[in-house]
Amino acid sequence: MNEIAFLGIGFPAALSNLSISALATAAEAPLNYFLHSYGPASRPTMILGWVLAVVCLAVCIIIGILLVAAITRKRQATDSRTIGREEEGLGWIYIGAGLSTCVLLALAVYAMITLNAIAKPATAPGLTLTVTGYDWWWKVTYEDEDPARRFVTANEIHIPVGVPVLIKLNSADVIHAFWVPQLAGKTEMIPGLMNQQWLQADVAGTYRGQCSQYCGAQHAHMAVEVVAQAPANFKYWQETQRQKAALSSAVSIADGMKLFMERCSGCHAIRGTEATGEHGPDLTHLNSRHRIAAGLRANTPRQVIEWVIHAQEIKPGSRMPSISLSPSEMADLAAFLATLN
Amino acid sequence: MNPIAKNSSDAPLMRVPEFGRAPLGSAAEKRLASLWETLPGWRGWLATVDHKEIGLRYIITAFVFLLIGGVEALVMRVQLARPDQALLTPEQYNQLFTMHGVTMIFLYSLPILSGFSNYLWPLLLGSRDMAFPRLNALSYWLFLFAGIFLYVSFPVGQAPNAGWFNYVPLSSLEFDTGPNIDVYALGMVLLGISTTVGSINFVVTLFRMRAPGMSINRVPIMVWGTLTASVGNLLAVPSVSLAFFLLWLDRQTGTHFFDVSNGGKPLLWQHLFWMFGHPWVYVVVLPAMGIVSDALPTFCRRPLVGYAAVALSTMATMLLGFEVWIHHMFATGLPTLALSFFGAASMVISIPSAVAVFAWIATIWLGRPVFTTPFLFFAGFVMLFVIGGVSGVMTAAVPLDFQLTDTYFVVAHLHYVLLGINVFPVVGGIYYWFPKFFGRMMDERLGKWSFWVMFTGFNIGFFPMHIAGLMGMPRRIYTYSGDMGWNTINMVTSIGAFLFAAGILIFMVNALISLKRGALAGNNPWDAATLEWSVSSPPPAYNFAVIPLIASRHPLWENRADEGAARSSLDEGYLLLQGRETLATTPLDARPDLILKMPDDSYAPFFLGLFSALMFAGLLLQWWDFAGLMAIAGGIALTAWMWPGRKQEQSASAMHSARDAEHG
Repeated sequence: MNEIAFLGIGFPAALSNLSISALATAAEAPLNYFLHSYGPASRPTMILGWVLAVVCLAVCIIIGILLVAAITRKRQATDSRTIGREEEGLGWIYIGAGLSTCVLLALAVYAMITLNAIAKPATAPGLTLTVTGYDWWWKVTYEDEDPARRFVTANEIHIPVGVPVLIKLNSADVIHAFWVPQLAGKTEMIPGLMNQQWLQADVAGTYRGQCSQYCGAQHAHMAVEVVAQAPANFKYWQETQRQKAALSSAVSIADGMKLFMERCSGCHAIRGTEATGEHGPDLTHLNSRHRIAAGLRANTPRQVIEWVIHAQEIKPGSRMPSISLSPSEMADLAAFLATLN
Repeated sequence: MNPIAKNSSDAPLMRVPEFGRAPLGSAAEKRLASLWETLPGWRGWLATVDHKEIGLRYIITAFVFLLIGGVEALVMRVQLARPDQALLTPEQYNQLFTMHGVTMIFLYSLPILSGFSNYLWPLLLGSRDMAFPRLNALSYWLFLFAGIFLYVSFPVGQAPNAGWFNYVPLSSLEFDTGPNIDVYALGMVLLGISTTVGSINFVVTLFRMRAPGMSINRVPIMVWGTLTASVGNLLAVPSVSLAFFLLWLDRQTGTHFFDVSNGGKPLLWQHLFWMFGHPWVYVVVLPAMGIVSDALPTFCRRPLVGYAAVALSTMATMLLGFEVWIHHMFATGLPTLALSFFGAASMVISIPSAVAVFAWIATIWLGRPVFTTPFLFFAGFVMLFVIGGVSGVMTAAVPLDFQLTDTYFVVAHLHYVLLGINVFPVVGGIYYWFPKFFGRMMDERLGKWSFWVMFTGFNIGFFPMHIAGLMGMPRRIYTYSGDMGWNTINMVTSIGAFLFAAGILIFMVNALISLKRGALAGNNPWDAATLEWSVSSPPPAYNFAVIPLIASRHPLWENRADEGAARSSLDEGYLLLQGRETLATTPLDARPDLILKMPDDSYAPFFLGLFSALMFAGLLLQWWDFAGLMAIAGGIALTAWMWPGRKQEQSASAMHSARDAEHG
């Protein structure tokens, strides 16, 4: 009998202990959308999540209590061969299903109101950009009516704080999903189809995102960062990104540049040079970005060279080959890449 | 004899089946045994069409697949226990999680329920076999061969690797050049044939094979569950078979159904897959819910509360189950109006589930629980069902699903559903019917241990996954970095998974020990109400020495439950021993209609299954001639199967005897 009681009473208690300790560490989780939301495209959803979680936990606890009570309640001693009457107990179903229906309908309406609230931004988007999913990185195109002012970058999206941003979503290969959970929910990026979503950051900061639709070998390592900046800082960033690469003619980088053109330019572009490859990220302003390999490593000169020569060990299956370089070639290439500010 | 006269309905050729008794050891009983028993040895093993044998094979085979899928899961849990582990390569991990899903969803969860239904249906319904015994055998062989087929490329590292829902274009030739996806596509078409013929068999069996008097409102809930699931299968499986066939055409013959660069549509795959996939979720839980609805009352010493409500809610769930497939696609960019509709439908589908939950709780409340191992599993199931249900409601809220979908929250939800609503009732069901299957009881002490270890391990393993999902952990990642905040949760999950596996191990040890040393069971060790407990354990080859006459929903409780004056007649009934015979009754009222001549054992189903599988192997290897040859061989097997034999002539119509009026 004791172990039966344990079934329902110990169970929710154990769960709530577990969830409290787990959520206490959530502040460190950069993708935690349940406790953190920084814009109008995600906040109503977060609150909906809280309401639903509370209702659902309450339902589990009530049912758990009913179940334990049903199992353990005192009964008059009767002959074990006695069989109860079939007709009894329908009231349970009427009341239980009736209450459930009311709760579910209320939740359905609330969910629809929330959906409506996040479907469109309150004001027209102040910035439009296109994000294209690739195996396993993100190409980011800042749209502009003037083609000369359009520019491309990768894996790091800068946006101005407080401005709704429209993001068009497309894929160059398989289905990916764009998801920056603390700013908005996810939307699939489907080849042959232009999807869109919007997001807005009300607080300056760096928000991590992640491909959430399984897309093959390196699905795990397809992260994106959204950097929300004060509008003036964003404008400055935008202007610098529009520039072509400012290559110095110093002799010290000539060998590295030659090497890049021979070995790397088939896939990578550097605006203002002969390198126009489109299979990999645009490297024009490589050193303006925080991370490389779609979020996998910090962007330091050492990590960049590590990545070039060991890409297949760091990110097996990635489209980036491990490129064998002699020590002097490494130094040359590193010197050249270091100039891509 | 004149074949024409035989087929006419001339009164002299109609036969009123003899009515009487055939106690154990009587001449009639001996004759029945000799008619129905399968030959000993390997020949009988290959040729048998006995539903009990087939049912057990289904259960054992599906359980082996559960173990294989479970080991795959444990390997993945080792990889994920800590951040940045390199036990598995990404490709190995991707094959493992794909095969884990394929195995559990397709090779375990429905087949195990088909096993229960195959074994139990004729015994629950008072019949001597399923409507189409040979089709039944074929269904099993095809399942077995399709399961082997799906695993054939696993040992060489070329297993399906695009996830069990296999989205294009990831699964198209451009991005997946090996045989991986072809194995999956062809294997699924092959398995679809097995599921389809099995479903047809259940539907026809329900409407034709019930004992006289077992009107449609007297069949056990499990029968409702399997019937509903089978009708659902007949409507849903064509969608997935078509999808996989089109994908195979795209890959092998250059069609463009899903090929974006030639106008194909990746979303077409998602629609076809989930039009099947969502009903399938209900297909793999409704019969299991039926197991609980039938077996829980035995341990509450009273009939189920709200029989009609539960039966109707079973069907309502399936109907609604066809209206909710878009909730797997909320994030695909569909218009918000459509999303609202499917979101609301996905919430409404919880209402019939609420009916069932309150019916179970009321049954326990009003009954007098007997704390046996099966009871623990069924009561534990109710709690897991509710947790899995409410997390489903959370994912049905469209905006929240934009966050939840493709995270571990969904992984947690679906494991509460599939383990909670399928594995717990199944293991409880094995504890419950083991004495009927093998004539011996399972050990209660080990049984209680297995429940508590499984239940604890399950919740430690899977509840934290909800939290991992809320903390943003995406599904299907082979590793994660240590700074995401998921380290502790994943370690706890892995520990829970191993604890759960230990519970399964205790259960298996119990089953193996009890097989030899369990206490002898007798006909009705639990004092249960339904017909299968009226025959010996294990049941004789012919199931029922006489076809019983049924007067209530609980034939074995009639004298004690206050269900009116009518009494079923179990010892006295239709004898039917001129060959393998059983009685066909009318679909709704179950009045005697025809004497069915049942087919003998035959090798044909085995060979038809084998040749079909070999034909699919030919298609996989692009040995077109070989595939053609196997198609012809299959045709020959089918001809042998259908070859008219004198014994199977359907000539006799059962006259309604005076006794029918009395008992019907």
